[in-house]
Amino acid sequence: MGVEKTLGNNVVTTSLDKLVNWSRSRSLWPLTFGLACCAIEMMATGAARFDLDRFGVIFRASPRQSDCIVIAGTVTKKMAPVIKILYEQMPEPKYIIAMGACACSGGVFDTYSVVQGVDEIIPVDVYIPGCPPRPEGLLYGILKLQEKIMKERNSFGAAIGIGERINEA
Amino acid sequence: MSEHAAVGKLKGKFSGSVLDVVEFRGETTITVKKEDIVAICTFMKKDLGYNFLTDLCGVDYLGKAPRFMVVYNMYNLTTKDRLRIKVPVEESDAKVDTVSGVWGTANWHERECWDLMGISFNNHPDLRRILMPADWEGHPLRKDYPLQGPGREPYQGRHK
Repeated sequence: MGVEKTLGNNVVTTSLDKLVNWSRSRSLWPLTFGLACCAIEMMATGAARFDLDRFGVIFRASPRQSDCIVIAGTVTKKMAPVIKILYEQMPEPKYIIAMGACACSGGVFDTYSVVQGVDEIIPVDVYIPGCPPRPEGLLYGILKLQEKIMKERNSFGAAIGIGERINEA
Repeated sequence: MSEHAAVGKLKGKFSGSVLDVVEFRGETTITVKKEDIVAICTFMKKDLGYNFLTDLCGVDYLGKAPRFMVVYNMYNLTTKDRLRIKVPVEESDAKVDTVSGVWGTANWHERECWDLMGISFNNHPDLRRILMPADWEGHPLRKDYPLQGPGREPYQGRHK
């Protein structure tokens, strides 16, 4: 009953995919969530000088209104379950940016209390190195995430309930 | 340098409990027996006016006996005078009576000391972990606790 197959790569649906991808990538709303010094840099990126708004990136105060979460700082083992709950509260599609050395790999905190990279608990889309990364670095990471979203296939089909999003590099 | 005024008074009242008095660069440290710590702290607060407990912490002298020390840093807000009291604690009996009844602030300090050092406090109203997750095992600030945690291989250096 109904359309069971993924819509495929015909001209109409790929164009619709592009439309959906374009609108998603140009309105990335990250969760207002910071963990350590990287969060200061993230705030600077959001403020007037670097101005994330011009990319359609507007921080939201609720995970239920967010498309993306920037893990800006050191993830301790005590904080890990909190981050996981926040991530699970976000609606699909959702993306994760690991900002800075700590979020990518634990950084200098090679200790008992620190998670050695957020990818141990949640799937990461973009890794941004640096300690902390400059705002330009975060901007570059966000643009990379936009590129990644633009390459998704069947995003229109998934949005109307046919098939899954295909996310291949 | 003359002896700290509190030392004489403390020796007068608790002559059997004072183990050692050290004066270094104007700081006085008194080591006392742990059995009398509550009585001594009450005396320090009520009679000598040390009404503020600046800090309470644990020290791990791994390899020495007794292994632990609990350190009480106190401050007299009226005379602006500081004093440090130390209590040796054996590893086999790592328990000290709580002073949270003397200074309310000791409550959280003792929880921290329990959490990270594993020194427990008798009659403490709420001895839970304060920094580590509630289900954590072990006391990470002990000198024999592995830095990377018990579940991981220790760091071997970059050129392995």
